Amino acid sequence: MSKNKSEYLINRHDNQYEVVIGLEVHAQVSSQSKLFSTSATKFGAEPNTQVSLVDAAFPGMLPVINEYCVKQAIKTGIGLKAKINKRSVFDRKNYFYADLPQGYQISQFKDPIVGEGKVILDMPDGQKEIGIERLHLEQDAGKSIHDLDPKNTFVDLNRSGVALMEIVSKPDLRSPDEVNAYIKKLRSIMRYLGTCDGNMQEGSLRADVNVSVRKKGSKEFGTRCEIKNVNSIKFMQMAIEYEANRQVDLIEDGQTIDQETRLFDTKKNETRSMRSKEDAHDYRYFPDPDLLPLEVSDDFIENLKLEIPELPDEKKKRFIDKFKLSPYEANILVSDIETSNYFENVIKKSDVKLATNWIIGELFAALNEKNLEITESPISAGNLSKLINLIKDGTISGKIAKTVFEQMMEGDKDPKKIVEEKGLKQESDPKALEALIDKVIDDNRDKATEYKSGKVKLFGFFVGQVMKVSGGKANPQLVNEILKKKL
Amino acid sequence: MSDITKHSLSELVENIKSKKLSSSEVTKAFVERSEKSKELNAYITEDYANALNKAKKFDEKPNLDLKLPGIPIAVKDLFCTKDLRTTAGSKILNNFIPTYESTVTQNIWNDGAILMGKLNCDEFAMGSSNETSFFGNVQNPINKNLVPGGSSGGSSSAVAAQLTPITIGTDTGGSIRQPASFTGTVGLKPTYGSCSRYGIVAFASSLDQAGPMAQNVKDCALLQEVISTYDEKDSTSIDFKRNEYSKELTKDIKGKKIGIPKEYRVDGMPKEIEDLWKKGIEYAKDCGAEIIDISLPHTNYALPTYYIVAPAEASSNLARYDGVKYGFRAEGDNLIDMYEKTRSEGFGAEVQRRIMIGTYVLSSGYYDAYYLKAQKVRKLIKNDFDDAYEKVDAILTPSTPSSAFKIGEKTNDPVSMYLNDIFTVPVNLAGLPGISIPAGHDAKGYPLGLQIIGKAFDEQNILNIAYAMEEKINFKNNITDWWIK
Repeated sequence: MSKNKSEYLINRHDNQYEVVIGLEVHAQVSSQSKLFSTSATKFGAEPNTQVSLVDAAFPGMLPVINEYCVKQAIKTGIGLKAKINKRSVFDRKNYFYADLPQGYQISQFKDPIVGEGKVILDMPDGQKEIGIERLHLEQDAGKSIHDLDPKNTFVDLNRSGVALMEIVSKPDLRSPDEVNAYIKKLRSIMRYLGTCDGNMQEGSLRADVNVSVRKKGSKEFGTRCEIKNVNSIKFMQMAIEYEANRQVDLIEDGQTIDQETRLFDTKKNETRSMRSKEDAHDYRYFPDPDLLPLEVSDDFIENLKLEIPELPDEKKKRFIDKFKLSPYEANILVSDIETSNYFENVIKKSDVKLATNWIIGELFAALNEKNLEITESPISAGNLSKLINLIKDGTISGKIAKTVFEQMMEGDKDPKKIVEEKGLKQESDPKALEALIDKVIDDNRDKATEYKSGKVKLFGFFVGQVMKVSGGKANPQLVNEILKKKL
Repeated sequence: MSDITKHSLSELVENIKSKKLSSSEVTKAFVERSEKSKELNAYITEDYANALNKAKKFDEKPNLDLKLPGIPIAVKDLFCTKDLRTTAGSKILNNFIPTYESTVTQNIWNDGAILMGKLNCDEFAMGSSNETSFFGNVQNPINKNLVPGGSSGGSSSAVAAQLTPITIGTDTGGSIRQPASFTGTVGLKPTYGSCSRYGIVAFASSLDQAGPMAQNVKDCALLQEVISTYDEKDSTSIDFKRNEYSKELTKDIKGKKIGIPKEYRVDGMPKEIEDLWKKGIEYAKDCGAEIIDISLPHTNYALPTYYIVAPAEASSNLARYDGVKYGFRAEGDNLIDMYEKTRSEGFGAEVQRRIMIGTYVLSSGYYDAYYLKAQKVRKLIKNDFDDAYEKVDAILTPSTPSSAFKIGEKTNDPVSMYLNDIFTVPVNLAGLPGISIPAGHDAKGYPLGLQIIGKAFDEQNILNIAYAMEEKINFKNNITDWWIK
């Protein structure tokens, strides 16, 4: 039996457990206004400044669907290769909470706008398909703030009514690594589509994580626990690891797992019971009588299909086929739309192989060090492509290019100018080089003698000396040739 | 001066347009009469001083092209009115002053009318006698001891007593037509989607509909053409061609086919209702209509269906009254305690009963058996009407199974109270228009109404039939002004 290297199993005594994970991702729809009102959705505004009478559930106020949000959801569905439901229904999910002004959330229960789809993950040992169960539109709630006053809770309704897409996966995920890859892929697809900015710090993307365990080889699912509202990939992974181990311990201890909702405590790195199945809310879902069923035509969907850009999977294939990139390189370059755009801009006018190496190597490292996104890169795609051309045509060496690159990182300077101003142009005049080399040999007579008597390792020493004396500008290839002759 | 309030709306409009009367004169007359009529308890909130000011302003620069030029109107307190307290008859909204105006009332003001005040109603429009109002019951101007019907009881009382020339109510299961019937006035429940629900305190969203309540059919038609507009702010508002109902009103209904549904002959129906219905059929024939027996086989299920659907929607619609954002709040030890105290103290018994019924029928495990089943039956009821309208143009029934009952008579018997809506509820479930017109008196001299039900969007047709029958019936209300000392 071949053993899958990346298989994630929990071992206890003689037993091996497999972890089964399903995610309910809440992705905030990128839109100017809310799902059922005209209030703005800007992040970080003063509390309660983006609240309409509808959002605050004043008497007699009625929801009116925002067509743009519907389009965004359908586009996302298309991006997930999913079935678009031409008829969907908005339901009310009833529960009381201070930050839920209506006393119900408008969501989609039985008839979501998007049905089954799939997401392809690139894992180290190959591709894996994760099934999408559904995507539905719903309102976000407001925010309760408990730590501003010792006795009172404050409520900010800016988020109340903002459109969310809840994307429910099938229980196809098997490890924290797959969860990482899944969230990143989902985020990437939505960012390509422009339907969700995927900003986890701002809460635009968060997930409820369903975790269960079962003995390896078992076909039955174990009892699952739902970890609510986890807002970073790292925390999701930590929560899954903790929760899976907790469940395994219970089973090994002969106990049963209660189906319940749990919270992940990021400080203690543990999950805690929030409410059991018995305490679960009865949400009393029913179709919202203020809204008619949402019906979209084939034309409506077809027109949206025309707006769908090339998505990561297709782009990756094109990069491999057309530019002969390795799957590894292609994966990195298509992972987000900004990187792939940058890459394509650079290679418009420069060598693909060099561009790939420079972006994945130097540029990523430099950006990483400065904690910058590719969109904030001090080096524009145009200037990087000039730099690559300077290397390609022999104006500068790769080594000098790194110095130039460092200077470019300090501000978007034209590499040609840097090379000129600092006199970094490569020395390729054989006569000038010969003079240099003669001097080096002259200064190191004893070593030259040793070399001639068979100590060939000293060749590197001479190359180094020549480069040093030339200030790194000597054309290394020519230096090699001339040195060989002279020595 | 006292003559002014005896005028119908159409007469007042004519008099103002021909400058025989000013808005100030008319407004003053209705304000004075309203002030003398406090015993009826028709008003929850009076806005007389503002009304008189607005009338004065109107007179300074009168726009006589408007349909309701300078006409003072009091409206049911379920319509949100900007800067004027709106209570829905409930303690929980006792202190609520909207910053916005309902579309229906805005339409009225846009056509020149002036707000006089807010009229009493059952709490959140839940009731058939106006006895569930936090602001006390309303008396029927017909007789001190009688309820004016409900939930638009303040409205029916005010129109019958001529405290306002006309008014608007809302009708979820009969709340316009039943009180109209109890007070000898005319009430129209328009097609669902005809009048915007924007800014009306919601009871049951799929059933609620605003409509005019008037002294006669013509006035009713005029107000309907003012209030019925397509409104993008209400997703259930329907964009259809709306008539100028009052202009196109005609008594010529010759050849119209009017259906008589056999299922409306309910067990234990008083003989005088049966007789009224027979008389109604004769009137219709006299007007040249053709009478056709029809069947609406699922009629029996309408009331139970209604009392599942309406409370279900209400239980959710009323969740927003939680003490957090506006309205009444009782202090509590924590959030849940505050909710419980606020809602126990803020809502009356009938509202709490319906919230509980609604919560129950939507609960997991009961949803399929109640709510889903009710929705299926609702469809069957709608189909019954569709089938009937293959054969007829309109349907004639009694408006209510009895005349107005005594105050307190049914307060301890909710089911008997609910039975009052037996003839009106199917119309709401099917989303159809229905009008109640006064058609006679019972042995005690109390008014009785007949209901004409139309096809969807066919308000003109039922208004025409009502208009024609009104002439034949020649109803006279016996109102003695007993409450004016």
